[in-house]
Amino acid sequence: MKARIAAAPYLLWAALFIIIPMGLVGWYAITDMDGNLTLDNFSASMRFAPVIGSSVWLAIIATGICLVIAYPLAYMISRKSGIGQRTLILLVMLPMWMNFLLRTYAWMTLLENNGVINRLLGMIGLGPYEMINTPGAVVLGMVYNYLPFMILPLYSVMTKIEPLLIEAATDLGCSPWETMKRVILPLSLPGIATGITMVFVPSVSTFVISVMLGGGSFMLIGDLIEMQFLGNAYNPHLGAALSLVLMAILLLCMVITDMFSNPEEKEGLLL
Amino acid sequence: MTKKQNSFTSNLYIFIVMAFMYLPILVMIIYSFNDSKSRGAWAGFTTKWYADLLQNESILTALWNTLIVAVISSVVATLLGTAAAVGIQAMKKRNRELIMNFTYLPVMSPEIVMGVSLMLLFVMFGVDFSLFTVIVAHITFNVPYVILSVLPKLRQMDKYLFEAAMDLGCTPLQAFMKVMLPEIMPGIISGFLIAFTFSLDDFNISYFVSGERAQTLPVLIYSMTRKRVSPEINALSAIIFVVVLTVLIITNLNDVRKEKQLQKGGRRG
Repeated sequence: MKARIAAAPYLLWAALFIIIPMGLVGWYAITDMDGNLTLDNFSASMRFAPVIGSSVWLAIIATGICLVIAYPLAYMISRKSGIGQRTLILLVMLPMWMNFLLRTYAWMTLLENNGVINRLLGMIGLGPYEMINTPGAVVLGMVYNYLPFMILPLYSVMTKIEPLLIEAATDLGCSPWETMKRVILPLSLPGIATGITMVFVPSVSTFVISVMLGGGSFMLIGDLIEMQFLGNAYNPHLGAALSLVLMAILLLCMVITDMFSNPEEKEGLLL
Repeated sequence: MTKKQNSFTSNLYIFIVMAFMYLPILVMIIYSFNDSKSRGAWAGFTTKWYADLLQNESILTALWNTLIVAVISSVVATLLGTAAAVGIQAMKKRNRELIMNFTYLPVMSPEIVMGVSLMLLFVMFGVDFSLFTVIVAHITFNVPYVILSVLPKLRQMDKYLFEAAMDLGCTPLQAFMKVMLPEIMPGIISGFLIAFTFSLDDFNISYFVSGERAQTLPVLIYSMTRKRVSPEINALSAIIFVVVLTVLIITNLNDVRKEKQLQKGGRRG
């Protein structure tokens, strides 16, 4: 078959701009400035364990909050009429089309010490509160920016759940809570897994939200990496090692969410 | 009765989440008309930030850069990706899986890692950062999305159609143009649209490969938020919001109209 040749330009492109660059990251991570093989970059990365730990922790919190907000919302939207669903999903997607820098900037306006929220609170004699440059502000920024990434996959699995199935569960004596636990939740697990990955990945690797809402005093692993390549700390070797650490964290996250969704799917197939 | 209560709570909940999503944008739009450099205080109505925006050379250049990059990178990615999908589909299972694995790499790996990996490549080979490096980077992260949206269409297609066309005297190119292309067109178009919007919106990767002279709009916005408070950003956000809203409403109304026509046609048939 000649058709295979059609993939040749892409294979060349991928080799040049996907494989070789990734190889370079690996190479930089295991060499020093003089080109000697070394593991120092990884031991140096471990000095930043607190930063890595807090990045993972903040991303987990943000992902958890997104799930808690999005799950009921996606369910409620999926039970609306056709035109209602369409409009609401459009409303969920609309902010995604605005650049996330602009959306994050909007929160700077709101959270600043003399920002909108503190001024409004001041009018009723409260505050001012220190809201920006806190871990809470960074988590808020993650939740705000990535909430649609949780809502959309959840909605797309829930809208496929047959209303008759829920009715049947109720007829067979399930309380609303039991219906949720035994019917809706198992059927929506693939959506939960996708949503978690889609929120966790950008949250844990962001270097912008922490700078804009954390005020630079507050570092995440993304900021560390960025500093090694474009900042004063210039050290691409350490940056490459940190990138590999970040990818390892994400791989772990994907393995975990995979474990979550797969057995249930298999169970679903058996039924 | 409980059903009514239920729908009231669910509407209230939906309203609250939507308020959370839209209040910041609303505040930004309101402050784009604020006659004060400070972000918090309100000092009267003005449209001067919009006028400033339209005269701001660097913003206009960045906007132009963004559009050039988006058009070129999405067109090239669509051509490259469509050809790749056709080729991959024709491969044996083992090769196909191997190629799909590294095709998923840019989709799954964090954008910052992709950004720094391309930066290392360009630095290593002494390529200066310019629109060219930005376009190359954008093509690279866009091609997988085109492949992933064309492949399912190829799989759905009856594989004997192509052979039948050849048996009936088509050259392979004719068979591709006349038989295969119309079948997979929806996948190509959606792949192109995804590539175009991702390219317009990208910051994380462009940031590492654009340098000083080839800033795209998101990269410029970031440097503006670093330096000082600039109300022009609010005006820009307001404009982008209105443009996106209009586009979405128009395409959505179009979809609804098409569906209605289909339903009517279905009934007649």
